[in-house]
Amino acid sequence: MTLAVEEQVASPSEDALVEFRMPSLGADMQDGTVVEWRIQPGASIQRGDVIAVVETDKGAIDVDIFTSGRLERILVPVGEKVPVGTPLALVRGDAGAAPPTPIAAPSTPPPSPPQAIQPTSAGAAEHAPSGRLRVSPLARKMAADLGIDLAAITGTGPGGAIDRADVERAAQAAQRIAAQPTLVVRPPSVAPQVTRATAAARQAAMRRAIAAAMARSNREIPHYYLETSIDLQRALAWLQEENVKRPVTERLLPAVLLLKAVALATRDVPEMNGFWTDDQLQPSDAIHLGVAISLRTGGLVTPAIHDTDLKSLDELSAALRDLVLRARSGGLRSSELSEATLTVTNLGDLGAEKVFGVIYPPQVALVGFGAIVHRPWAVDGLLGVRPLVTATLAGDHRASDGHRGSRFLAAVERLLQQPEVL
Amino acid sequence: MTHTSAAAIRNVVVLALGRIAPEADLSALDPTADIREQLDIDSVDFLNFVLAIHAELGIDIPEADYGKLRTLESCSAYLGARQVA
Repeated sequence: MTLAVEEQVASPSEDALVEFRMPSLGADMQDGTVVEWRIQPGASIQRGDVIAVVETDKGAIDVDIFTSGRLERILVPVGEKVPVGTPLALVRGDAGAAPPTPIAAPSTPPPSPPQAIQPTSAGAAEHAPSGRLRVSPLARKMAADLGIDLAAITGTGPGGAIDRADVERAAQAAQRIAAQPTLVVRPPSVAPQVTRATAAARQAAMRRAIAAAMARSNREIPHYYLETSIDLQRALAWLQEENVKRPVTERLLPAVLLLKAVALATRDVPEMNGFWTDDQLQPSDAIHLGVAISLRTGGLVTPAIHDTDLKSLDELSAALRDLVLRARSGGLRSSELSEATLTVTNLGDLGAEKVFGVIYPPQVALVGFGAIVHRPWAVDGLLGVRPLVTATLAGDHRASDGHRGSRFLAAVERLLQQPEVL
Repeated sequence: MTHTSAAAIRNVVVLALGRIAPEADLSALDPTADIREQLDIDSVDFLNFVLAIHAELGIDIPEADYGKLRTLESCSAYLGARQVA
């Protein structure tokens, strides 16, 4: 996963001129399109500000910037699809602004060499052959379904061809002008018909991207799998007691306890947390747990909660709720999608008892939780019934082994027996 | 706290569901069937739903009462009754 979105460019002035690049938002992402610039050249920016919105297979992502400073120049205009790593803008960083520690590139081939990208010229300069519009078959079908006039669209594909994204943008623009929502609950700018057509196209693209990433993961990563059943009696009893004392706005979910336990267990067994690059494990000091969220519209996203181990249960709860809301309705940030150091997949109450997942490269482990079920259990030598959850670990055998993996799951179990200190 | 009509309560419930499940076609929701099953929502979604109801109607729904929110109809009935109390 490339996280080196900024890089020092040699400059005679004291303030560093930093390149802000198209971020990689997952091992499966090849390219993205800026659909909106949120700031203009000359504007001052703070670290964490959302400065652009990028369209990817995973939908529209808010791209937040690592450094503070001033936007010097925009290099890639709205509507242009560029490979991951392409410089999008120049930022004059505050003196002393340092780029993030580069996490080495994934084992996929690097993005197309720069000569294939001429942000200011090639795409716009070429024109379609006279008479016939160049349109991709999918785009043509989408335009027909949506009643969009192809002649009115400017293509941004190779040679000025119209692709799916061009049609989607035209459709959204048309809807903003025309549509009235059929049901008061719908976001005002999107009518149901457009949502279904664009959602279907996006779903197909996301599925392909996920398929590629998962196939690559199984191909390249030697997985080993461990499972353990964890008695959650104490944790759930504590949770119930706590929630009765708390207002609804501060209610805690079991999922939050599980996440915190995993984050703290990672401190004990750090080889679960980091990236496999250049034939070795690059452990991460920070623990940013990726949370797998299954999208009902199709596909999966795994945004990260930064510094999971440092957050209180209340902070984690608020972060998780906010993340899920934004995953469902748009508004996930690039820093969330690209910075998970270890991913947790939780099937939830209606799910299967256990899940053995596929590791998201270049991460080196995946933690799974099944549904909480009541089962017979040995309690002080007698038969009782306890709420159990099956915790699983998929580990990269290059980075760790069964023994270390077992220690990790044992740590998770131990932590869940003392919920009050989570 | 002002008394909200049954229709308005129902509207608030539907609006809250729309926030947590923006992709769903709520006009097709069966008011007598299990909401979680119909919409395939998880525990985080459900908590966000409960919080949205609280924000709109000022009603704090304790965990013990979650079972009464099973269907659209039972939601409306429960919230209507809670208001009067």
